[in-house]
Amino acid sequence: MQETVVAVNKLKKSYGNFVAVDDISFNVQSGEIFGLLGPNGAGKTTTFECLEGLRKPDSGSFRLMSLNPISDYSNLRNIIGVQLQTSGLPSSMRVDEAMNFFCSYHKVKPRYDLLERLNLKDKINSQYQMLSTGQKRLLALALAIAHNPKIIFLDEPTSGLDVQSRVELHSMMVELRDKGITILLATHDMAEAEKLADRVAILLNGKIVTIGSPQEITATGTGLAKIAVRVEGDSLSISDIKFTAVTQYATKDEYKIYYSSNPGPTVSAILEYISNKGDKLIDLRVERPSLEERFLEITNKEK
Amino acid sequence: MRAFRNHFSFEFRTGMRDRNLLLMYYLFPLGLYVLLALLMKSINTGFIEILIPAMIVISVLISTMLGLPEPFVKSREAGIFRSYRINGVPANSIVIIPSLTTTLHMIIVSTIITITGFLFFKAPLPINWVAFILIFFLISFALSGLGVLIGVVSSSSRATILWSQLIFLPSMIIGGLMIPSNLLPFALKKIGILLPSTHAINLFKFYAYNKSIEYNPLFSIIILLLSGILSFGLAIYLFNWDSQNKTRRGHPLLGFLTMLPYIIGVFFLP
Repeated sequence: MQETVVAVNKLKKSYGNFVAVDDISFNVQSGEIFGLLGPNGAGKTTTFECLEGLRKPDSGSFRLMSLNPISDYSNLRNIIGVQLQTSGLPSSMRVDEAMNFFCSYHKVKPRYDLLERLNLKDKINSQYQMLSTGQKRLLALALAIAHNPKIIFLDEPTSGLDVQSRVELHSMMVELRDKGITILLATHDMAEAEKLADRVAILLNGKIVTIGSPQEITATGTGLAKIAVRVEGDSLSISDIKFTAVTQYATKDEYKIYYSSNPGPTVSAILEYISNKGDKLIDLRVERPSLEERFLEITNKEK
Repeated sequence: MRAFRNHFSFEFRTGMRDRNLLLMYYLFPLGLYVLLALLMKSINTGFIEILIPAMIVISVLISTMLGLPEPFVKSREAGIFRSYRINGVPANSIVIIPSLTTTLHMIIVSTIITITGFLFFKAPLPINWVAFILIFFLISFALSGLGVLIGVVSSSSRATILWSQLIFLPSMIIGGLMIPSNLLPFALKKIGILLPSTHAINLFKFYAYNKSIEYNPLFSIIILLLSGILSFGLAIYLFNWDSQNKTRRGHPLLGFLTMLPYIIGVFFLP
């Protein structure tokens, strides 16, 4: 049975009159990748900073592996790993020095293997100021996980990364999850969240507007599935064919595209129609509404 | 212990790598030393008598007032302290280790000044070496504390410069370094008591060089010691990790408490 490692109950944090986080509650289980999504200013970073013990919330209770991030701060250090959205290292600190420096404070051996894995091997003697934005983020990630934390906070981890580093980072996140490590991920990148997160919470104006697995969240929307079909003959060229649950259609290149509110019966109907007409199916693709589309739907509705 | 060793070693190397720190720890003090020694040799021969202690005090002032505070503000603004915090680097280490490495840089510079001052400018060496070394550590302690405190309470680099210059410039002029305190008018002499350099040179003259002095040396020891303890205590108490998160344990103006021993000294010293 999975254990609840992060428990947040009615967390509230304001800056003056501005309520950044407004009575939010959620739990995260061990070995889960939990995504916190939301537009800029939604309260993602503030939520993370409260959980990391960097900010004191106004009210609410929260626990990380039964520890209070504010009162048990020193015990929490070795349990959590944090890649902050805005943080830095001394400009003249070399990559290997950074690894050695922070590992010594965590009382673990330096993990130079992580630097190699994250394509920073060639930069090991470079000073922090000489690294690109992406390399700085990768180093921050390596430092966040070097002491084998149980819970990892990643705030916009892929911003500024090239494709190769991004793929490597994603595969590393999946590996960590498979080892039972819990990852809390704040991101703008919906595709990333959809691909990696087991569950996501969408945060808007400091409140959680929806929470669940990406599949559950996309399923509750009004978005239409996109069914693209290519056939050998011209059986689908007639414009007034009515398939079950199809509300609109379009033609793109050699594909006929149908937008359906219920893709299962629609696909069956299309295949049956093609077969009856003696035509031959070349390609069929079904795309359910993406998390991004659902996110936009939710945020537009809330506005 | 490994963490302390790594942190200390990194901070020490930073003093050599960072151009601003290299300037404040080595180039500026040593350049000024050569300039003043050459200049004063012909216009104020009395200065050569105290060239070594005076230049050591000036070097300590430059390193601690002009070099030490700014990295605190910059690190806070750049989110470096946030990174330190989430990785378990304690505030005590952040405050104390740069002071220790600055002291090590000052030892190197002071050694250069002592050797070359004697060899090239015929400056007298101390009579009492033990007292000379102990006084060096006492003034390093008092001024490092002050430098760190300025870095901790300053909201910006500009504020750091303002506070640092408020101590550095008067110290150079009326702090007994280039003009002996007994030649100053009464009011300036009183203001001079507020400056660490006055007490530092007072102690060097009396204990290390066996010269006549203006103020009771025990008072100078107590003032520098208390001020150092207060400065470090206040710096740790008022330390702020994050420029975005202004909450701290006390108002930055509490930092002025470190001047209390000097202010009391004004009433007790002639």
